[in-house]
Amino acid sequence: MSNQRPLPKPDQDSLAYWEGARRHELLLQQCGSCQRFRFYPRSLCPHCFSEKFEWRKSAGLGSVYSFTVIHRAPFPAFREKVPYVLALIELNEGVRMMTNIVGCDPNMVEIGMPVEVTFEDLNEEITLPQFKPAKAS
Amino acid sequence: MIKDPFSRTVAIAGVGESECGRGIGLSVLQHQALAAKRALDDAGLSKNDVDAVMATDVLGLPSLQVAEYLGIKPQYTDTTITGGSAFEGFVEHGALAIAAGLCEVGLITYGSSLWSDQRRLVEQGGVDPRMPAAQFEMPYGDLSPIAAYALAAKRHMHKYGTTSEQLAEVAVASRLWAKHNPRALLREPITTADVVQSPLIASPFHKLDCCLMTDGGGAVVITSTERARDLRKPPVYVIGSGFSATHLTINQMDDLTLTGAVTSGRRAFARAGLKPKDIDLLQIYDSFTFSVVVALEDLGFCEKGEGGQFVENGRLGPGGELPTNTSGGGLSYTHPGALGVFLIIEAVRQLRGECAERQVPNAQLALVHGIGGWLSAHATLILGI
Repeated sequence: MSNQRPLPKPDQDSLAYWEGARRHELLLQQCGSCQRFRFYPRSLCPHCFSEKFEWRKSAGLGSVYSFTVIHRAPFPAFREKVPYVLALIELNEGVRMMTNIVGCDPNMVEIGMPVEVTFEDLNEEITLPQFKPAKAS
Repeated sequence: MIKDPFSRTVAIAGVGESECGRGIGLSVLQHQALAAKRALDDAGLSKNDVDAVMATDVLGLPSLQVAEYLGIKPQYTDTTITGGSAFEGFVEHGALAIAAGLCEVGLITYGSSLWSDQRRLVEQGGVDPRMPAAQFEMPYGDLSPIAAYALAAKRHMHKYGTTSEQLAEVAVASRLWAKHNPRALLREPITTADVVQSPLIASPFHKLDCCLMTDGGGAVVITSTERARDLRKPPVYVIGSGFSATHLTINQMDDLTLTGAVTSGRRAFARAGLKPKDIDLLQIYDSFTFSVVVALEDLGFCEKGEGGQFVENGRLGPGGELPTNTSGGGLSYTHPGALGVFLIIEAVRQLRGECAERQVPNAQLALVHGIGGWLSAHATLILGI
């Protein structure tokens, strides 16, 4: 087990999220009452407590809120990846999530840097949403 | 009738550690038992005097397990699970329970074989497979919990200009204190250059920005002042406390530079009727150098964003204006996974004047601040003689 990369295990809250990721879509829950987006997925709105929500496809655009360059792998499966960037990004929909910043030199990453979603297929069942520097618009 | 628990009606009467360090070879329960025995001996009480047991983490039903192992049948237990801050929480809850007459002698215990078990624990990073973090953080190679604090430190540097050298000052001060603590694991002085030149773990944290990993245990005995007066050691009164939890998972923390210490500290000072300038010494949960910097700001010892400058020039070290983590703390003394109990133990010993070469002169008021989880749960105590 210790040689395996930890894989997400979809549950009742997150099944649609992971199914979306497998189709290379980043899905977010939007509250049916206060209209706010939320992350991570859950059965009610942490802002207004409404149980009404819709899954929406995110535009997948945001910016880096903070980041750290990991030099010591937490699992043997990450040893060949160090150094890599672990970041919190803010999506334009107003939610924050953890991701790696891929597709660039870790030294290029800055707080505030625009990023866009990309997808990393880990196996046949699981695809991980990832973020890379946004293309210049 | 319920008394005011913060008007010197409740006191800490005994403290003790097990053997702390690496390769100690004790089990989790053996650590708790040894620490409990030593804390009760320190107070001059026996296990038959104990009617409340408070323990957390590591074991399935911790308070019940510890009570059973020690041969105690408590009428009050607490198994608050708020990570490293649980022990400050136990003192708050115990003080209220004693003031309300639910119990009279409370035993708070902790024990861990983190160092011996580190492979297993580090890979889990404190994350249960059913927690959202297991789906939304760990698959990204989250070096938990280090990365969460590193993300906060990086944001603080970005927002306020805090530097790695300033963070390093916290580690330097800790090591100067540890030199005078025979129990401390690391006692050789270091410089800020040593810290920033030590290997990067998760930027901006270098190895020497991060706490130790050890085995160890600790225990605290809390009782009514009436009972404490006749015991072996002078009572150390619980005169203020406060708690605040703002999130669990780091991606859910609103502002990574502003912690629950704002609320827990404000409540503790209000209950004690005191201000930061009144405090003689601090014990702040130093899981990382940054933890101390942000807590000093949020507890009101300096302006928000100025924590980096505040810790410069040895302010926290021996002979400094604000003696902090006088045992060497988690950075230099010991850190078996939850440091909170050791912060209380050191504060009590300082207030009793038992600390020999590292004794802070005329120490009468101490602030203890525990941090649990991923900057998640903050618990502040103000203790006095």
